[in-house]
Amino acid sequence: MNKRSSWALPYAIFLVLFVAMPLLLIVMYSFQDASGHFTLSNITKFFSDRDSLSTFALSLEVAIENTALCILIGYPAAYILADKSLNRSTVTVVLFILPMWVNALMRTLATAELFTMAGIQLGKGTLLFGMCYDYLPFMIYPIYTTLAKMDRSYAEAAADLGASPFTVFRKVTLPLSLPGVASGVLMVFMPTVSTFAISEFLTNNKIKLFGTIIQENINNSMWNYGAALSFIMLIIIGLTSFIGRKDNAGAEGGAI
Amino acid sequence: MVKKIFARLYIAVILVVLYAPILFIAIFSFTEAKSLGNWTGFSTSLYASLFSGQMQNSSGLISAVNNTLIIALIASVIATLLGTVAAIGIFNLHGRKKQAIQFLNNIPMINPDIITGVSLFLLFVFLHFSQGYVTVILAHVTFCTPYVVLNVLPKLHQMNPNIYEAALDLGATPLQALRKVLIPVLRPGMFSGFILSFTMSLDDFAVTFFTRGTIGLETLSTFIYADARKGGLTPELRPLMTLIFLIILVLLLVINIRQAKMHKANV
Repeated sequence: MNKRSSWALPYAIFLVLFVAMPLLLIVMYSFQDASGHFTLSNITKFFSDRDSLSTFALSLEVAIENTALCILIGYPAAYILADKSLNRSTVTVVLFILPMWVNALMRTLATAELFTMAGIQLGKGTLLFGMCYDYLPFMIYPIYTTLAKMDRSYAEAAADLGASPFTVFRKVTLPLSLPGVASGVLMVFMPTVSTFAISEFLTNNKIKLFGTIIQENINNSMWNYGAALSFIMLIIIGLTSFIGRKDNAGAEGGAI
Repeated sequence: MVKKIFARLYIAVILVVLYAPILFIAIFSFTEAKSLGNWTGFSTSLYASLFSGQMQNSSGLISAVNNTLIIALIASVIATLLGTVAAIGIFNLHGRKKQAIQFLNNIPMINPDIITGVSLFLLFVFLHFSQGYVTVILAHVTFCTPYVVLNVLPKLHQMNPNIYEAALDLGATPLQALRKVLIPVLRPGMFSGFILSFTMSLDDFAVTFFTRGTIGLETLSTFIYADARKGGLTPELRPLMTLIFLIILVLLLVINIRQAKMHKANV
């Protein structure tokens, strides 16, 4: 028994080397100057630079709006797909995932080109639409899976006991589907807050998001400042996944 | 009934929007114009030049496609092997050690690509490891393996632990027991982990972008990115994307219809 637990050892070493150490290096580089001495200047540079701060705020805003939009559009879609009386074929579900297999950059470029052809100016509106387009399947799929696995007898029991369809949804179906929404939020919010190529294409380089500044700094050999910006993003990610996990635990507790 | 029509309509509208850009690429793969969205009459010449390799940027595009496939194949094979062995180990671990390794295993899945990319870039810089093919593959293994672990672990939980012990009691060597008992049980999980790894590796852009170094290694994603920044995509990308999409569409439909049939036969 204990012998086979040692099979985890190679992967444990791999994880320390390729996951833990690189993250520690982000922290280390963000508190160093180019010659390797300890400094806080990278962090203070970010907080005193109005451009970086406003880009950061805009990225958060776009990510929050995009996540909200994905829930708003994706939840009803997932609900319909999971409802056996409305949709009986699994092929429809596959159709929602299929576009993800076509290179995301190529799809984004085509979306931007479609906007230009329709005479719509590239800007924040097209950015939100394009991002929602790119990430919607990531929202629909987890919600669909939790709804499809859900025990329908809870909802039936509530209806039998006199709850109106709306009350059944609000008090039973919605709370039970929250874990799916939480993982959807994680899968949509994280990538949108950090995206770089997609935002460049969708706004014709007019709008810069946080990911773009990280990429520019790293590519221009400003590793320390790039690392500091990544470190700030890591903190945001840590907070979001912590809140997400808490929500998740609460929803599961409520179900029992 | 009204509810049903409304639901169908809603799904249809979303699907139309989701497929519009892909359809757009597919339609404009049948015209010669250099820039996307410019129709200069029906022509299959882009397909012809894609297959004959007679195009302006041909060596670039073809080697980008080759690199993408080779990297995805090697990375997902390594990830499947590493992840399966790891899952067996994790399954037999307890307490703190198990929690710690599962915590680390979750990080690459939660991290956005850019963080994974930048952090690995810093690692290779720190270790003075010259970046190229090897570092891209290592990076892809890093973000693929967690998904293999997550796909294999449930199979271990579903398995009756006595079967493996019984095989050993009946005189099988651990290696035989592994090959004849454990692997067949884990195979579906390994397979879905492999497919997931392969597709994520194919589609990756950010991690490759940061770990490929300066030797001029291009995958399909980085090729498209560089192309778009230069202004104007290589026109042959249109037929290429159309073909990739059609192949995946047919594969998925066949798999799904077959699964549905098997399901019906079982019921």
